[in-house]
Amino acid sequence: MHAEAAIREPLILGHKTYHDITNDIVGPIENKAPRGWYVLITIAGLIALYGVGCIMYLLSKGIGTWGLNKTVDWAWDITNFVWWVGIGHAGTLISAVLLLFRQKWRMAVNRSAEAMTIFAVIMAGTFPLIHMGRLWVGYWVFPLPNQYGSLWTNFNSPLLWDVFAISTYFSVSLVFWYIGLIPDFATIRDKVTKPGMKKFYSVLSFGWSGNAKAWTRFEEVSLVLAGVATPLVFSVHSVVSFDFATSVIPGWHTTIFPPYFVSGAVFSGFAMVQTLLLVMRKVMKLENYITVKHVEYMNIVIIVTGSIVGVAYITELFISWYSGVEYESYAFINRATGPYWWSYWAMMTCNVISPQVFWFRKLRRNLAFTFFMSIIVNIGMWFERFVIIVTSLHRDYLPSSWNMFHPTWMDVGTFLGTIGIFFTLYLLFARYFPVLALNEVKSILKVSGESYKKEAAKHHHH
Amino acid sequence: MANKVIYAVYEDPEQLKDGARKLVSNGIKVKDTWSPFPIHGIDPIIGVKRTRLAIAAFMYGITGTCLATLGMWYMNIFDWPMNIGGKPSMSYYQNVPAFIPVTFEFTILCAAHGMAITYMIRNKTLPGMPARNPDPRSTDDKFIIEVRTGDNHGHSAEAITSLLRETPVFEINERQY
Repeated sequence: MHAEAAIREPLILGHKTYHDITNDIVGPIENKAPRGWYVLITIAGLIALYGVGCIMYLLSKGIGTWGLNKTVDWAWDITNFVWWVGIGHAGTLISAVLLLFRQKWRMAVNRSAEAMTIFAVIMAGTFPLIHMGRLWVGYWVFPLPNQYGSLWTNFNSPLLWDVFAISTYFSVSLVFWYIGLIPDFATIRDKVTKPGMKKFYSVLSFGWSGNAKAWTRFEEVSLVLAGVATPLVFSVHSVVSFDFATSVIPGWHTTIFPPYFVSGAVFSGFAMVQTLLLVMRKVMKLENYITVKHVEYMNIVIIVTGSIVGVAYITELFISWYSGVEYESYAFINRATGPYWWSYWAMMTCNVISPQVFWFRKLRRNLAFTFFMSIIVNIGMWFERFVIIVTSLHRDYLPSSWNMFHPTWMDVGTFLGTIGIFFTLYLLFARYFPVLALNEVKSILKVSGESYKKEAAKHHHH
Repeated sequence: MANKVIYAVYEDPEQLKDGARKLVSNGIKVKDTWSPFPIHGIDPIIGVKRTRLAIAAFMYGITGTCLATLGMWYMNIFDWPMNIGGKPSMSYYQNVPAFIPVTFEFTILCAAHGMAITYMIRNKTLPGMPARNPDPRSTDDKFIIEVRTGDNHGHSAEAITSLLRETPVFEINERQY
């Protein structure tokens, strides 16, 4: 067995046995949910229902119920889409990229981060679908033979690339997540005593038995899926950025977009992971598994990606002047000083300036402050997309058609609704699914567990 | 004499590996092991061959690349070329930069799903399959070696058990089969 340097902080605190890990995770599933869970799911469920109602109204009336106009013909819908896809980048980054880099701290957070990814991508996918106005012809995005001759989809269009990118990303993330869940469902199946629950988890565990060859295959599949999911993560948000970068609109037509979008996505994704995990570790008493060190690691990712985003903002600003293209320059002057100045500066403050406080170790390890910052970053990243989309559109080449965008209650309702649906799904996950990757956490217990590390250090000194 | 299956239960993967080594060095074939997480290094001891799933994934990926290339050539170049924004779809060669993203995504799609389906079938983990682990504790905190007397004709169940007793085994269970 390989040993870990004593100087590394333990990843599992206290003295735990394999059995303790099973009990700590399966216990909350077996027992009655705490009252707080019922309160939260009621609130989230009501918001979700309101959102579903808004979407139904939108589909029956048409997207004219949104505040779009002739000039600003893309606004909150696509902002929300990009925001949710961005959030959906942390899960696969944690489970795939950090697996390839053999980062053991990922094991405590990957399961819930992947769940978050899947739910966020579902919310993202909702927006292009409802934005079509005619949901029932949504399948037209796929290249299917049809009665029009056959008139195929246009594979030169970034919007179609997006269809392939998002659907591949969603389905591969889902499969990756579920393959990791199967052995843990088996653990629950073998532990619970209530017949109904036993049946439920037997079905979910697909008859997993955990023999030697099955584990060999499991590790191979995890590694290869991580290998293919890694370029996939980077491709998805690159393709999302192509939606903008390939169109000839000042403010959008920039080659810096793909890396800028990807780092922004990771930045916002980790912020959302922090928002969710800081609450979950407290409510489900997972402090020994999701430790302050884990939070610190994620804050380091936030400061790195936040700084990349900052460099991208400034580069983009500089190039708009240096290019000598007056339309390009105007787009950026207008962003910073035009009628939407407040959204530009909200973006700059939330995404570039505020994460820099994480250079201080004290603040990186302060949980309440991290939670506050995670909300700030979530807000900032929503504004980033709003700034890119709306401020680039609202003053086009023809000053007579310059216009402002005013969201209607339907804009607000559909956005809030997706937040409600997202939290409902996440709360259901936290209640019924193993929130930690049991099999992975157990595998690092004797290397990174606090009591085992102390034991090893003692032997070392004598 | 009826055939017997012996389950040696350990509390630690390293101890299980010691036990397996002991059996194998005495010429006893280990049927399988059952554990709550992968035991690194057990495969060469008990003679589990390396899985070929990665090769399968590569094949699925290449299939995806070919299908995507063929499909886009057929749909956008051959069957119904379109002139959009003054950029007509004349030949595959001229259009190929725009086809890269979809080719890439479709390759990943086929590789990942092909591999996942193969993995499920090979592992016999499919919806509705029954669990086959001999002891429910093997998904919690116990590591189990399975030895069958039917595979080891030169050794009696007693001899195997006494060998196992020399290792830090937690308990030994015997069953007829």
